[in-house]
Amino acid sequence: MLDNSVSYVTDDGRTIGGVVMEMKNITLRFGGVVAIQDISFDIREGEIRAIIGPNGAGKSSMLNVISGFYVPQEGEVLFHGKRRPPMRPYEVARQGIARTFQNIALFEGMSVLDNVMTGRLNYMKTGLFSQALWKGKAEAEETENREVVEKVIDFLEIQHIRKTPVARLPYGLKKRVELARALAAEPKLLLLDEPMAGMNVEEKEDMSRFILDVNDEFGTTIALIEHDMGVVMDLSDRVVVMDYGKKIGDGTPDEVRNNQDVIDAYLGVSHD
Amino acid sequence: MAQMQTGAEGMQSLPALLQRNAAQFADAPAYREKEFGIWQCWTWAETAKEIEALALGLINLGVNEGDFVAIIGRNRPYLYWSMVAAQAVGAVPVPLYQDAVAEEMAYVLGHCGARFVIVGDQEQADKVIEIQDQLHQFEHMIYLDPRGMRKYDHTQLHQFSHIQDQGRAAHDELIGELNKRQSKLDYDSTCVMLYTSGTTGKPKGVVLSNRNVIQSAKNSAEFDHLTQGENILSYLPMAWVGDFIFSIGQAYWCGFCVNCPESQDTMMTDLREIGPTYFFAPPRVFEGQLTNVMIRMEDAGALKRKMFHHFLAHAKKVGGDILDGRPVGLMDRLKYALGNVLVYGPLKDTLGYGRIRVGYTAGEAIGPEIFDFYRSLGINLKQLYGQTEATVFITVQPDGEVRADTVGVPAPEVEIKIDDSGEIHYRSPGTFVEYFNNPESTASTKDPEGWVATGDAGFFEEGSGHLRIIDRAKDVGKMADGSMFAPKYVENKLKFYPDILEAVLFGNGRDRCVAFINIDLTAVGNWAERNNIAYASYQELAGHPKVLETIRSHVSAVNKSVAEDPMLSGCQVHRFVVLHKELDADDGEMTRTRKVRRRIVEEKFDDIITALYDGSEKVSTVTEVTYEDGRKGSIKATLTIVDADVKPGAVHKVAAE
Repeated sequence: MLDNSVSYVTDDGRTIGGVVMEMKNITLRFGGVVAIQDISFDIREGEIRAIIGPNGAGKSSMLNVISGFYVPQEGEVLFHGKRRPPMRPYEVARQGIARTFQNIALFEGMSVLDNVMTGRLNYMKTGLFSQALWKGKAEAEETENREVVEKVIDFLEIQHIRKTPVARLPYGLKKRVELARALAAEPKLLLLDEPMAGMNVEEKEDMSRFILDVNDEFGTTIALIEHDMGVVMDLSDRVVVMDYGKKIGDGTPDEVRNNQDVIDAYLGVSHD
Repeated sequence: MAQMQTGAEGMQSLPALLQRNAAQFADAPAYREKEFGIWQCWTWAETAKEIEALALGLINLGVNEGDFVAIIGRNRPYLYWSMVAAQAVGAVPVPLYQDAVAEEMAYVLGHCGARFVIVGDQEQADKVIEIQDQLHQFEHMIYLDPRGMRKYDHTQLHQFSHIQDQGRAAHDELIGELNKRQSKLDYDSTCVMLYTSGTTGKPKGVVLSNRNVIQSAKNSAEFDHLTQGENILSYLPMAWVGDFIFSIGQAYWCGFCVNCPESQDTMMTDLREIGPTYFFAPPRVFEGQLTNVMIRMEDAGALKRKMFHHFLAHAKKVGGDILDGRPVGLMDRLKYALGNVLVYGPLKDTLGYGRIRVGYTAGEAIGPEIFDFYRSLGINLKQLYGQTEATVFITVQPDGEVRADTVGVPAPEVEIKIDDSGEIHYRSPGTFVEYFNNPESTASTKDPEGWVATGDAGFFEEGSGHLRIIDRAKDVGKMADGSMFAPKYVENKLKFYPDILEAVLFGNGRDRCVAFINIDLTAVGNWAERNNIAYASYQELAGHPKVLETIRSHVSAVNKSVAEDPMLSGCQVHRFVVLHKELDADDGEMTRTRKVRRRIVEEKFDDIITALYDGSEKVSTVTEVTYEDGRKGSIKATLTIVDADVKPGAVHKVAAE
């Protein structure tokens, strides 16, 4: 195992730092159902960390534990080495964590621009009254935040739909808008819940490119859940494999690929 | 507005014109580009500084006089500056089509032996890196957008802004050299080298001198009374001669402002925001916009729709006459004025044509209905005929003498003659210097007296003196019975239907004609949606029986109109197929300027043509396709062959031998 505090450089020249988030012996139960059972792993600064597993393995629950939406019954989540108390979603956002959803959760009636602007909410300090009047400070603040948003729009190449209501967009673009909103928050840790689900090959390639570029350009730490093994293996630095709520593998894509438990979970074994 | 080209006399190079503009129009906008949602602006004075910094940086990097500097990317001010900076240091700019695949680039870069390449972004850089082993003279690449480029090996790679910074830092040391090189430029120096897309064979490098470019820009600007106050939107490929003349030649001559869109996809929004006063587009842009307007009007409320159609009918009646200054009754004028307030004005604003003074369409024939639609709204849309070798202009339509079926009168200082075979020849100040490293082609195209063969067949119309183009001379042939075969004539008639994007007619030397048809996905897709026709792919929609029936009705209508022409009644389409894929430049079936390469299409789809002639009802075929990134794949399809109604050529005369 690598030393937690030591950073290292990947083959493609990115610097991976120390551990930012650590899951320690997490167990999550819904009534009698054990969704996650005694799982431990960590996420290091600047890496792309994937969580994979068959349907019902507990991946989304795990992501919700990371994001603070679920509070596990046992175990603890350490963020920057400190134990994280139960928090409200906006408190999580303020800590520099942003996410996208498996089933797109955008404001359908609002334009792409307005949707992405909502990602800046935590940076807006002026009150309701001055926002309504839109004078002085409120105006300056919007301009400032709009600049960040425009950089994100440029980065994700969605200029042409800036003013289009989200409801009119095709699925692949909606996914990209969701990523834009998450990026607008300038997160340190970005959580992606099945970013490629339901996409065609070309859209998957585009999305992979964007994920790599985000990680590369902004140094954002990314944790993602994904079904498509090919994509995951190409993208990630390290992979956690789950099955029936348990961790069955953890390591680099190559290590995971050769792990017998993982092969069994994916290809199935005969029970005799 | 006053003419403001004074002081430009005797300016013999683009850098010299730039100096004039920087002095005379210092604070006027020269370039705008939308970035991060805001229009960024550079004045002529700022532009001169930017170009100087870049030119110094290029000298610093080792660019010598006579070197070729390739420029690849979408329309951006920085790349326009690169062209002028390259000329300023005595090098020759060579813009390339940005959508070309790597192998095509390899040919052009290898042919001119470019030592330096300036690219827009990572995508273009990757293509050059992919082929750099084939390029023996290639040394350095400069890129504009640093995104994704950080991890690349930077021994031969430089960021655009760093080159400028180095240029600024070395200002005192190198400015003398730059001035010396600039002062050597005259009318005979090479201004730019443009590769023709070529419907046959390998591209040829057309060398254009400063005389070609500046004289053509001057003549055409005076012809249309262009002023310093014009605004244009530059969105057509930088490697195309038209863009070079409009966005550089005329812009530098007049000192007007060049606006670059934010991205290719935002062009229509940017067009509306800029509201150009002078506009250039191939027919397909106008067709696309008209289709969009019509589709959107279908969705509008009953009142709006009624008003729209009522006033449009009125515009059709009198709009063109009002624009051409012909007498129109007072009541009609009043009604037109009302229509302008209620319909035409808002419509023009929506399209981005609110301020347009002069608009041109060229490259392909435009449908008369489309052409008249825009003119009836009061948009001064005209046609011109030209080619790269002529530095664009051969003929243009003067204001007030505009028609859909001619291409106008000879442009200023252009002489035209038509030889016995009907081929058009011209001689003008814009006549190109030579094809680079290709004396045979130069000699076979341009005779010692400077006459250039266009390869197009045409004739001057009696009375008006306007030129009419029949077809590419080499495409005009004879049917088996000796009657004339002019494919373009029929293809254009087919393409005037919004449902038909492209058509290719075959029949040279045969007893009857057959055709390939490409459907227009926007128009047909919209129609399918309206009629609850589900489809999963282009291929499926193209083969849908109802689509075939619609296309059949169009073809039969075209046959009817073709039958009325005594010379061409043999060109009626007997049988046709709707192709399973769009003809595409990536597959070599079209040029980058979207002209069909007839020979290649004929070879590639040989099996389909055979089936069209042997009476089969269906044909199975496998077609190789090239993806945008250069990978190849293949698509299989079974195509239904459709018989069209053919009118008996009542006056079908065999052309006299």
